[in-house]
Amino acid sequence: MADRAMFRIWRGDASGGKHQDYTTPVDEGMVVLDAVHRIQARQAPDMAVRWNCKAGKCGSCSAEINGVPKLMCMTRLSDLNLDMPVILEPMHAFPSIRDLVTDVSWNFRVKKTIKKFRPRAPDAPDGTWRMQQADVERVQEFRKCIECFLCQDVCHVLREHHKHDEFIGPRFLVYAAALEMHPLDVEDRVTDLKDKHSIGYCNITTCCRQVCPEFITITENAIIPLKERVVDRYFDPLKQLLNIL
Amino acid sequence: MTEYRSYPYDVLVIGAGGAGLRAAIEAAATGVKVGVVCKSLLGKAHTVMAEGGVAAALANVDDRDNWRVHFADTMRGGQYLNNWRMAELHAKEAPDRVRELEAWGALFDRTKDGRILQRNFGGHRYPRLAHVGDRTGLEMIRTLQDHGIHSGMEVHMECTVLSLLLDGGRVAGAFGYDREKGHFMMWPAKAVVLATGGIGRAFKITSNSWEYTGDGDALAYRAGAELLDMEFVQFHPTGMVWPISVRGILVTEGVRGEGGVLRNSDGKRFMFDDIPDLYKEQTADTEDEGWRYTMGDKNARRPPELLTRDHVARCINREVKAGRGTPHGGVFLDIAWIKKHIKNAPEHIKRKLPSMYHQFKELAGIDITKEAMEVGPTTHYMMGGIRVDGDSQMSTVPGLFAAGEVAAGLHGANRLGGNSLSDLLVFGQRAGRFAAEFAKQNGAAAIDEAQAEAAAAASLAPFEHGAAGENPYQIQYDLQDSMQDLVGIVRMEDEMQRALGAIDALRTRAARVGIGGNRQYNNGWHTAMDLDNMLLVSEAITRAALLRKESRGAQFREDYPGKDPEWGKYNIVARRGADGEMLVEKRAIQPMPGELKAVIEEMK
Ligand SMILES: Cc1cc2nc3c(=O)[nH]c(=O)nc-3n(C[C@H](O)[C@H](O)[C@H](O)COP(=O)(O)OP(=O)(O)OC[C@H]3O[C@@H](n4cnc5c(N)ncnc54)[C@H](O)[C@@H]3O)c2cc1C
Ligand code: SF4
Ligand code: SF4
Ligand code: FES
Repeated sequence: MADRAMFRIWRGDASGGKHQDYTTPVDEGMVVLDAVHRIQARQAPDMAVRWNCKAGKCGSCSAEINGVPKLMCMTRLSDLNLDMPVILEPMHAFPSIRDLVTDVSWNFRVKKTIKKFRPRAPDAPDGTWRMQQADVERVQEFRKCIECFLCQDVCHVLREHHKHDEFIGPRFLVYAAALEMHPLDVEDRVTDLKDKHSIGYCNITTCCRQVCPEFITITENAIIPLKERVVDRYFDPLKQLLNIL
Repeated sequence: MTEYRSYPYDVLVIGAGGAGLRAAIEAAATGVKVGVVCKSLLGKAHTVMAEGGVAAALANVDDRDNWRVHFADTMRGGQYLNNWRMAELHAKEAPDRVRELEAWGALFDRTKDGRILQRNFGGHRYPRLAHVGDRTGLEMIRTLQDHGIHSGMEVHMECTVLSLLLDGGRVAGAFGYDREKGHFMMWPAKAVVLATGGIGRAFKITSNSWEYTGDGDALAYRAGAELLDMEFVQFHPTGMVWPISVRGILVTEGVRGEGGVLRNSDGKRFMFDDIPDLYKEQTADTEDEGWRYTMGDKNARRPPELLTRDHVARCINREVKAGRGTPHGGVFLDIAWIKKHIKNAPEHIKRKLPSMYHQFKELAGIDITKEAMEVGPTTHYMMGGIRVDGDSQMSTVPGLFAAGEVAAGLHGANRLGGNSLSDLLVFGQRAGRFAAEFAKQNGAAAIDEAQAEAAAAASLAPFEHGAAGENPYQIQYDLQDSMQDLVGIVRMEDEMQRALGAIDALRTRAARVGIGGNRQYNNGWHTAMDLDNMLLVSEAITRAALLRKESRGAQFREDYPGKDPEWGKYNIVARRGADGEMLVEKRAIQPMPGELKAVIEEMK
């Protein structure tokens, strides 16, 4: 591996900005976040970057590395072509705050609009519930989500069409799926999914699934089953007939 | 005149990890107005990183377990310096707190009969840790977060508290700034709960994130509260050692709970060589017995890899120093070997330890189902912290409460794995309840603008010094080097005296710290703001460690290698003297009531 690398980092805020080049020494095993920290400590002390765990567990360090939405702490320099400058940019689907940091507060507001968990009454003698591992596994996949919002960043409905006011995005479809398929939950979110959360905007491009650092099968396991529930209720002619009768 | 926005609450919770969120949920449920402040985005606090599990005597896997065994295990692990009242409440209430999470949507791994599954962990006599693979903390924080946002609390994300406001002796709120824009903020409050977590960033090799700069300890200390047990810093035996850039990142004890073994470069399981007397009765004699324990044989005793963390960390240190370490200065942790005993071992490992598999694969290029990991000790957890009342969690400052890692008492000289997540729930709940009660019983406190003014002025000094001032990152690195080298796993009088000198010198440099740019999301400024807290906490750790002239739990002194029964009667307290100097003194431990003594005797 080369012992120096150049990083072309977007610096700026909501009013605009530009790329700036930084060359820094690099060592074996380093990840992109390490390089950013090194640049920050030695060359650009006021550079803005979010991070916490440095191990792919908290979902803070999302950015676009050579145009691909990724976690900076899980992207090893040895997997990048260091003969060229490495381009680092903030996520594009959210407003800029500064440098690599974006305003992701929209996501937190969206979550609140989804009906919360409502369990059925406890039915085991000890006042709790019994659930089989096989039944919880499906939902455990969704609960692996670290809320990095990379899937939101890549989804064209948000990124290109800016439907933030209508569409909740793949992260929150996964969240809704986790609630809907939770073995204990008795709430009904199907109407909301269609009307309020606009699941119909998703045309299953699978871009979200491809960037998920937790390898959640967002489209096949979460979105498609939810779409089926919506279709079953609203577009299934037989059911509609039954509803009318 | 400084401009700031003001957000008054009945109860202000500082920190949005497990302890803070649990406290806020409880307080909000009583109908008072609750605000939560945290340095990161919601859901990113340290709790999210916890892996192995949450300890609670649910007795789902081994029906011999109950609160008394859990209590005795916790006291033994803490070498009897624990606040026994907290250890009792913790053991009794943890099961309800865990079941409650399930009612809020958490999905723990299951037993065959559909109950919450529990796993083995160091120092716990029976399988006791409820878990979700190795991402238990994520499950916990997300459950609390998703429940909390519907409970009425208001959350101020990415805000840093710089100081607590006082009205006479009583707490009156907090003052700080929002990191995104750099605006000053005031949160007047009738009661304040500190749930700010730990101090691990004071050391170079650590499993902790940038947030762990000891803010809560320092805020409370400056407000007049006492700090307890500061000498007890837990070095977790298994952090990653290679590549250098990930050095310190945690490798969960769950690996050993699932049958992982430690070997030196001779291939020897060195943990069998040195088993402390306190644990002889409970530890396996042979490798075979250890494996049978892992597989759930109730007649087998646990393998020595599951001894307490302080001990395992020192054994690893010894192997490395004796030249029996791995190429990168650690020892081998091997889980792949279980293929000798179970079919489908790789699948089993990936299912039980998915994030460890992922972490090593991505960061070190190692497949843990095939190869051994290289591991070594890493700074992990602060047993010490704010001294609180065992029942209410109130500090010695009226209206100021503390819960979670920032509070002291439950763990004594050494924490058992899994006892932190349960600590957050049990004492977060209690702190929230008692803080709400305090707020209801006491009217609003008076706000003294001058205190806010002073905090704001101090925080802006780095901009006056400008980019030519001392580099905040460099001061932090230098402190980390000093603490790691001089006040680490093995401690000595003269080294620690040198550390005090180094801390003094760094303080002088920190007074000249400078930063360019503006206040908007300026990481350099944020780092500069953390320095005073880290220096204060480092000084308290060093002074307490100097005073305790013995080795016990997490404190190992080469110049006093033995345990001294006399020291077993005391905790150490640090507080601010009249002239601002740090006073460090012995405080006798309250005698334990007869019925708890009897429990300990019975479990010996
Ligand atoms: C990698 C790792 C694995 C672990 N695994 C386990 C395990 O398996 N089992 C177990 O029991 N324990 C485990 N622990 C320990 C446990 O996770 C922590 O002790 C616990 O999560 C601390 O929770 P807390 O609520 O006290 O603080 P945190 O979750 O750390 O929250 C602290 C909060 O305070 C805020 N804060 C701090 N300072 C300020 C300030 N100045 N102003 C405003 N806000 C502030 C932070 O932003 C954050 O929101 C692990 C720890 C680590 C690091
Ligand atoms: S599959 Fe749907 S949600 Fe995912 S990126 Fe494509 S349109 Fe967006
Ligand atoms: S679903 Fe995956 S990509 Fe989307 S926020 Fe969660 S972890 Fe990130
Ligand atoms: S820093 Fe936590 S995911 Fe990258």
